[in-house]
Amino acid sequence: MAKLNVNPTRMELRRLKTRLKTAVRGHKLLKDKSDEMVRRFMLYVRENKRLREEVEGELQAALKAFMLARATSSDAVIEEAFAMPGTRVRLSASSKNIMSVEVPSFEIIKEEGGEMYPYSFASVTSELDGVVSSLSELMPKLLKLAEVEKTCNMLADEIEKNRRRVNALEYVMIPQLEETIKYITMKLDENERGATTRLMKVKSMLEQKD
Amino acid sequence: MSLREGLIAVVGDKDSVLAFKAIGVDVFPVDSEEEAKERVHMLARTHSVIYVTEQVAIWADMYIKRYKARAYPVVVPIPSASGNSGMGLAGIKANVEKAIGADILFDREDK
Repeated sequence: MAKLNVNPTRMELRRLKTRLKTAVRGHKLLKDKSDEMVRRFMLYVRENKRLREEVEGELQAALKAFMLARATSSDAVIEEAFAMPGTRVRLSASSKNIMSVEVPSFEIIKEEGGEMYPYSFASVTSELDGVVSSLSELMPKLLKLAEVEKTCNMLADEIEKNRRRVNALEYVMIPQLEETIKYITMKLDENERGATTRLMKVKSMLEQKD
Repeated sequence: MSLREGLIAVVGDKDSVLAFKAIGVDVFPVDSEEEAKERVHMLARTHSVIYVTEQVAIWADMYIKRYKARAYPVVVPIPSASGNSGMGLAGIKANVEKAIGADILFDREDK
């Protein structure tokens, strides 16, 4: 590992030692953060998988039923039936903080007084009612899925970033600093030994003169 | 992050999205790549949650990737009326691999 390009002075040595201390401490903290993030991620990702399997199954069943319902009425009738929705789903969308990652969080705002079936029962078949009711039952789950999936996405990103930082500290920064500190210490020791021998030499030369 | 208007949108082929209209979400049928891209891009500014069918997710991949790192909008792929290609689960798998380094969630169940 290459050492840093610095002057071998005491001041530099002191500076590097503080940097090394900070780096080691930061490395430990980031590593702990990474562990906790992975733990949380596992919880979320399990839920994500469960929810997705559920939602995909139910949604597909609903869409298939919708196709069948469409087949029994003409396109124009269906379009007319859905032209003016009676209700509206709204969310209060905010964000919450998981391990300093900003993730979305929703709450459904129910609008009261809306009519669930936005069409006249006379014009369409009863299959359509089933589709609409199963879809509106599915909606909370779909939203939960959106929330959890996004959380997983962002946590995975953050974990990856964090791992890079940890590795950079562990395998680049810290060895580099240690090497440089060692180099400076040796250089300083060497200088000191040089000075001592020089003094001894001078002393013996002076003694010879006398 | 300030509170957004909590709007929900569904983008996809007409057969898949029309049913969502009845339950009161904003529905945008698209049937070409350009349309899908433009629609997703525009909705990202106004809606908090965008459900896209798998085909649209492939078409507008360029934009959807861009929103991945942000909290909003939340873009979620859903199966369309024509079937499920397992794209959603593949996304979860990719996440696990990215975070842990190996796929420990799905592997175990196969055995």
